[in-house]
Amino acid sequence: MKAAAFAYARATSVVNALELLAAHGDRAKVLSGGQSLMPAMNLRLLSPDILVDIGGLAELRGIAVSGRALVVGALTRHVDLLRSPEIALHAPLLRDAVAHVAHPAIRNRGTIGGSLAHADPASELPACVVALDATIVVRGPAGERRIAATEFFRGIYETALSSDELLVAVEMPVAGHDASFFFQEFARRHGDYAVVGLAARAVVAAGRFSDLRLGFFAVGDRPLLASAAGKLIDAPVTPALLAEATTALADELDPQEDQQASPAMRRHLAGVLLRRCVAALLARPELEAGATR
Amino acid sequence: MSAPVPVSLLVNGEPIDGLVLPRLNLADFLRENLKLTGTHVGCEHGVCGACTVRIDGEIVRSCLMLTIQAQGTSVETIEGLSDNGEIADLQAAFRERNALQCGYCTPGMLMTAQDLLKHPSVPDRQTIREHLSGNYCRCTGYQAIVDAVEATARKRAERRA
Repeated sequence: MKAAAFAYARATSVVNALELLAAHGDRAKVLSGGQSLMPAMNLRLLSPDILVDIGGLAELRGIAVSGRALVVGALTRHVDLLRSPEIALHAPLLRDAVAHVAHPAIRNRGTIGGSLAHADPASELPACVVALDATIVVRGPAGERRIAATEFFRGIYETALSSDELLVAVEMPVAGHDASFFFQEFARRHGDYAVVGLAARAVVAAGRFSDLRLGFFAVGDRPLLASAAGKLIDAPVTPALLAEATTALADELDPQEDQQASPAMRRHLAGVLLRRCVAALLARPELEAGATR
Repeated sequence: MSAPVPVSLLVNGEPIDGLVLPRLNLADFLRENLKLTGTHVGCEHGVCGACTVRIDGEIVRSCLMLTIQAQGTSVETIEGLSDNGEIADLQAAFRERNALQCGYCTPGMLMTAQDLLKHPSVPDRQTIREHLSGNYCRCTGYQAIVDAVEATARKRAERRA
């Protein structure tokens, strides 16, 4: 199908975009890369009165390191994340995740800000920013607001953004030299939406986790920072402890049923990913064994 | 509301000025307004890849882009790449290997394959499959398409050597 009729405004600056959003409120949608918005409009799931196109705002582009923070502009595209030496060095989790996002032609247009603001619970980047303990930087009529990624996602396609605010950047701590990362997802085919996925950041010292953040996606209405990780921190990880953590994970998940998977299947696959993740990060392949049973 | 807006862009090197409704996507602009019907429209939500074109040298889905978003850009379609001979060898390989039947996916396949073949290294079959994974073909079962892309990559590498 084709999108329903709408008016179009090309924002000339962030200030101008905010004025347009203030004037049109809920009747406006922000257009960046359009790789989620356009399908929704073509399918007539959305029909905004006006699109505010921020695609030309150079001030929202780019990746920079400022002190201990990596700052990624909202209009940074998936392909930019994939190719950026700064991302490879300071947030390799994002690079690993983007390789699973759709296909090259989509990654050439889709943006990190668009993906986060869209908040599809099955998409990769929201779980990554939760795992990376990122801060979402938002600008509105009253100025700038900084929202922890763990507080930003509120439900399916729901975030802490209000209709007169614009997501302008994502900030995350640069990876320490002792940090390690894990990204894997189950999908019907590579590039499809995940059935279940896991984005993780860890610090391993002397064979133990001194930090472990597990960002699961497609297991509920928003990305989940799993509390079960706590069981594995500062403890010798035995198969018994890992089994205990896997049970705790299954208890805290609230997966949806859809045509791809039942809740039971999603709980099972999340456990498989947890074991693979722990085995990989601790370089102890025997811990994954439970995955095949 | 939703009045026509002016747009200026290059299409296959030719300057185009138009007046379009905001809702007109780039695929429909190319097909309906410019009669460049080589760009095909399949799913209209970014899944099938039949509408793939190049904007400023990068492949995109023209069904997921508004015409007005192409303001000031350089758009290249299958007509452009065919006429200038850029993909003559790839087209010959498709013909030789029977890498098409109905032909609906072929323009998008060629655009996407050429995007991979622009890189100097010879891709393995897994890389070819991965790069073409966003383009659906309902006739061939893909084997022949991967064969044709692989054969073209080898021939180009030989020519460079």
